[in-house]
Amino acid sequence: MNTVNKPFRKKDAMQLVTGQPVYMDDLVPADCLIVKLLRSPHANAIVKSINTAVAKKVPGIEAIFTWEDVPQDARRYTQAGQTYPEASPYDRLLIDRHVRFVGDVVAIVAGKDDKCVDKALKMIKVEYEVLEPVLDYHTAKDNPILVHPEDNWESLCPVGGDNKRNLCAHDECGSGDIDAVLADCDVVIDHVYHTKACQQAMMETFRTYCSIDLYGRLNVLSSTQIVFHARRIIANALHIPKSMVRVTKPRIGGGFGAKQTAVCEVYPAFVTWKTRKPSKLIFTREESQIASTPRHEMEIHLRLGANKDGRIRGLDLYTLSNTGAYGEHGPTTVGLSGHKSIPLYSNAEAFRFTYDVVYTNHMSAGAYRGYGATQGLFAVESAVNELAAKLHMDPFKIREMNIVHEGDVMPAYYGAVNTSCTLDRCLAKVHEMINWNEKYPRRDMGNGKIRAVGMGMAMQGSGISGMDVGSATLKVNDEGFYTLLIGAADMGTGCDTTLAQIAAEVLECGLDNITVFGADTDTSPYDSGSYASSTTYITGKAVEKCALKLRSQICKLGAQLLDCSENDVEFDGKTVFTSADPSKSVSLGDIATASMFGHDIPLEVTETHMSPLSPPPYMVGAAEVEVDTETGEVKLLEFDACVDCGTPINPNLTRVQAEGGILQGIGMTLTENVTYDQRGWPMENSLMQYKIPTRVDVGKVRVEFENSYEPNGPFGAKSIGEVVINTPLPAISDAIYNAIGTRFYELPITPEKIAMAVAEKEGAV
Amino acid sequence: MQITLTLNDKKLTADVAPDTLLIDFVRSHGCLSVKRGCETSNCGLCTVFLDDKPVLSCSVLAARADGHKVTTLEGLQDEAAEFGAFIADQGAEQCGFCNPGFIMNALALFREKEYPTDEEIKEYLSGNLCRCSGYEGQLRGIRNFLAWKKAKKETAE
Repeated sequence: MNTVNKPFRKKDAMQLVTGQPVYMDDLVPADCLIVKLLRSPHANAIVKSINTAVAKKVPGIEAIFTWEDVPQDARRYTQAGQTYPEASPYDRLLIDRHVRFVGDVVAIVAGKDDKCVDKALKMIKVEYEVLEPVLDYHTAKDNPILVHPEDNWESLCPVGGDNKRNLCAHDECGSGDIDAVLADCDVVIDHVYHTKACQQAMMETFRTYCSIDLYGRLNVLSSTQIVFHARRIIANALHIPKSMVRVTKPRIGGGFGAKQTAVCEVYPAFVTWKTRKPSKLIFTREESQIASTPRHEMEIHLRLGANKDGRIRGLDLYTLSNTGAYGEHGPTTVGLSGHKSIPLYSNAEAFRFTYDVVYTNHMSAGAYRGYGATQGLFAVESAVNELAAKLHMDPFKIREMNIVHEGDVMPAYYGAVNTSCTLDRCLAKVHEMINWNEKYPRRDMGNGKIRAVGMGMAMQGSGISGMDVGSATLKVNDEGFYTLLIGAADMGTGCDTTLAQIAAEVLECGLDNITVFGADTDTSPYDSGSYASSTTYITGKAVEKCALKLRSQICKLGAQLLDCSENDVEFDGKTVFTSADPSKSVSLGDIATASMFGHDIPLEVTETHMSPLSPPPYMVGAAEVEVDTETGEVKLLEFDACVDCGTPINPNLTRVQAEGGILQGIGMTLTENVTYDQRGWPMENSLMQYKIPTRVDVGKVRVEFENSYEPNGPFGAKSIGEVVINTPLPAISDAIYNAIGTRFYELPITPEKIAMAVAEKEGAV
Repeated sequence: MQITLTLNDKKLTADVAPDTLLIDFVRSHGCLSVKRGCETSNCGLCTVFLDDKPVLSCSVLAARADGHKVTTLEGLQDEAAEFGAFIADQGAEQCGFCNPGFIMNALALFREKEYPTDEEIKEYLSGNLCRCSGYEGQLRGIRNFLAWKKAKKETAE
């Protein structure tokens, strides 16, 4: 292959490293209206009265909107960016008189600069009827206090939701007689695992610019992963025709799923639609921490049964997921906690997976890399590690005995066949990389410090099977260069480049011969968006199909110019020539010119792709930690991982995806905490409190690849973006257990928890 | 109030409010590489040089730059491209939003110490957060850049 599986520089790389103005706030006019939001200080309250008269008199203020400007009995909407039929309930109004979390929107203020808007925000007088909030998600289901008591709450899908029970979703499924199997097992590991509502914390906060175009339509330039869904969401929120909305995205400063929810778009959209003036809203870091769309906090009760020889026979998993005040991604994230953890052990005889997703008066959760699988894999992989310890077996050995292999049917993965898988080779590779036999389980360094190792496995999907749609348009331009139009969003991942690599491979041209444009709802071909690990596998395949079709169009026009049948010609990327006599040829440049002069064979093709399968990428990770038993401090000395993502389209970018994902997983395991006080105020409201890893917090991170070949993917590729976040959680937790002998079932595992556990073991507490 | 400063080698005089932050001042004067990532001096995205020393422009008043020299990545384009190419060759620029601040601080490091060790690199840049790359690719890029620089120097000698 000439371009696929080659470490090309990202097409935008030099623009980014030299600091060119390519992000939303670099591109918009300086004199647009500044939009800010007045947020509720109460977790559950009704706005009794709101007085904006004085605030409106502040010089420079253009408009202030409150619930009185939004019909309260109108159809609700969801901000989740998801494919039809939207699984997330329609439970929001653009401004609701009933505020449901600390940070919920009470008023929208627009003015000529930050200062006047800040001043006006302080002068709005609000009287609240403060209600008791539901803050403990264990008590949310069937609680007499309802987060969504309203009658116009709407669930578009049969996901088991009932707003009169604080229930966003519920389901149960299984295969085999799990109760009988577990009763017959020699060992059953039975614990509850708890993970927090971690923040994506992308460096560029949420932001959107809006203006009215020459046709009177609302133009939205937003830092989003989902232009097409955003168009629908904005139209739904404003109750205007979708034809009146156009959404485009500039370069995005990171997303990780956060920007799969239209967190901020609707507010400046409303301002611009009402005032007909350009406006922008840029979330502060504090707003991005307290009123955004973090991971779903989940508590997973897992019962995992095995024989004493280590054979895993059954998994019974119940997930309680906290969707917060609104149901964005609530019904869907929870599914992955079981469907993308249990299938690792598809040889088990039985499984059961049950879940409840509940509303509380926390900020709404949403999509974050891993999307529920992260939480589920922490539970399942931690339990398998505990099982190994209990049976005095090596954690690698117990996996080798039980893992899913290529060709296996995966009952908990909707009965799909495992079409490509090198999980066994990933295990062997990581075992060797970390030098497991030397290091397992622990080494006492003799100075109060203990070094220990732990491991874990992971899987994810590649797009949503049978649902996600990706498309690509390719066209030939002057002199034979190509333009690739996509609706997928490059959020730093490099998909503009990797998709162009796929096109270049098929078209047999250099990567520089293809320009990329994405994404714009008016001009891009439809794409669900960049999420669910779908872009390489789904949109990539659409690009491959599209490029193949364009080749045949090029041949068709070339044949016409050569005065022969298209069946008699070939294309080598530079010329179309007759098979019988290659000297009889016409160059791509001449064909391009002909397409614009006196001919009617179009050299522009659009192709769409959907896959009934979502082939899982796999990963194994192992951590070596050094625990200071005096202070409880954990140093991550080394993290070694091996990934099976099928063919890496761009080895550099897949590697960096893996390294970046691992670091986020490390943060989630050790430092990134989310807590609320008794009033429902979120405590970690800045990067001072919410501790994402710095470069001195981690030792060496090493990543290797064991490529399978996925027959349904473009050139054998599967996904990479999400699977990579999952292994640090069980691996580091188990390493800490191996160091101090205490197992933690809740993340993050802070030094305080470790020091207390050590003290408890020593009888000091 | 009126301030006079040298921004990327150009002298300029401007009227600013006393509470104007340096980040907002330089952005309003076309230096859009300078980014805001937090409001708590944690992320390093807004790093600029004040008289050749790296500072967080979100935590410096524009008035403090009166009579001084301020440099942003716009004023160091050749250096940025030369070093940044090594980051790009790792794919470690990723979303790019943290790059200008990170690259400013890396250039400051190279000025202070010609060939820093891995530990010195990590320590010096510890205040430059990146959520995409996991830092490993940035470290590889820096190492390769330093090796290239050294080889170039040795060839010249």
